[in-house]
Amino acid sequence: MIYLDNAATSFPKPKETVEYANNFILNIGGNPGRSGHALSTEAARIIFETRERLTTFINGKDSKRLLFTQNGTESLNLAILGLFKEKDHVITTSMEHNSVMRPLTFLEKEKGVEVSIARCSKQGRLDIKEIKRLIKKNTKAVIINHGSNVIGNVQPVEEIKYTVRDIILILDACQTIGAYPIDIERDNIDILCFSCHKSLYSIQGLGAIYVRDGIKLKPLKFGGTGSKSEFTEQPDFLPDKYESGTPNTPGIASLLGGLTFIEKTGLENIIKKKMALREMIIKGLSAINGIVIYGNPDKKENVPVISFNIKGNLPSEVGYELNKKGIYVRVGLHCSPLTHKTIGTFPEGTVRVAPGHFTGEEEVVKFLEVLREIARK
Amino acid sequence: MLKAENALKKHSFNFELVPIPRNLSSDCGSCIKLKDHIEDVNPYIEDIELDRCFVFDGKEYKEVNRMGMW
Repeated sequence: MIYLDNAATSFPKPKETVEYANNFILNIGGNPGRSGHALSTEAARIIFETRERLTTFINGKDSKRLLFTQNGTESLNLAILGLFKEKDHVITTSMEHNSVMRPLTFLEKEKGVEVSIARCSKQGRLDIKEIKRLIKKNTKAVIINHGSNVIGNVQPVEEIKYTVRDIILILDACQTIGAYPIDIERDNIDILCFSCHKSLYSIQGLGAIYVRDGIKLKPLKFGGTGSKSEFTEQPDFLPDKYESGTPNTPGIASLLGGLTFIEKTGLENIIKKKMALREMIIKGLSAINGIVIYGNPDKKENVPVISFNIKGNLPSEVGYELNKKGIYVRVGLHCSPLTHKTIGTFPEGTVRVAPGHFTGEEEVVKFLEVLREIARK
Repeated sequence: MLKAENALKKHSFNFELVPIPRNLSSDCGSCIKLKDHIEDVNPYIEDIELDRCFVFDGKEYKEVNRMGMW
């Protein structure tokens, strides 16, 4: 089995992920912050420590502003549905995932929120001048897909924030967190949304959002928080205001394991290893007749996500052939129809390959060998 | 609360995490029961927001500020 679908979720997970989740399930298991007994308090301690460590990881200032969600999509929904009011204007790009486009389309239809889409080049590059041109008096935020989940190119966040100045910058970092350096302070990011089960190595069902001080969002959910239980109003303090209901504590414990693995291994080493695999794949693909690689694979500003097609073959056919050989990739539109329109691969899509930290070079060799056979047919 | 717990542990204060007494609040969470005086502890947790502080004299709770004044 060769798993090359790490852009969907990383697999396998580091042993620390499994150990931390296992320890929680076997030995702790309490509902955090609810019951006041030792197991409940221990569960709350795990969440507290994970929140602190993750905040440090992104260089955030206040761990209370780091909120756990179910996934990157929920983080983006909280940012988008929680921020915009009627007649607000928002700018986004033609490289966005549907976790941005669908809530925006909903707001456009239901609340008259005005949505402008900055066209990116065929290589996925955002033209900063285009963003500048689209800014209006009522522009409240700019939403950017930091690293494309289709072709892996990374947008110039610092430059974008410099251009939009006081307009809120919402960054979808699902593909970049843990795969590309992110620094909330250095990059002036106002709202950072991400999933934790990709390059942060938690189990599935966990995401997070960091909201800069001074930005108020309407909560997506209301309910029990284990605090201020005598009142029927939602507490107004963080993180409780946004974290109603029993959290995914096993997932959060697994994230603590994932962060421990990253700290032990070194983020730079992880990035270096994955980028070397990426280079190996690109070099191999480029040498196969009939393969078209999308994006700008020679650029440094990329995460290890590669899209290609074999001329004369549908991506679904290529995926089927690879699957038969035990090689797992993702084909189609990757929930990003706009991206595929931008790079010229709509509606068939592409074959997407995403190596991970645990991908072996020999697995890449095997993948390329099988692909050569498919291309020859 | 857990931030305060870490600070108190670091400075070896005498404390315990306990369920919030029902006569103070019907909250379902926990609180910190200090055996040291809040005014002695306060300099070490100054940056931490406290919801409410009480002093228990063996019979009843009196609400105080973080300097131990009421």
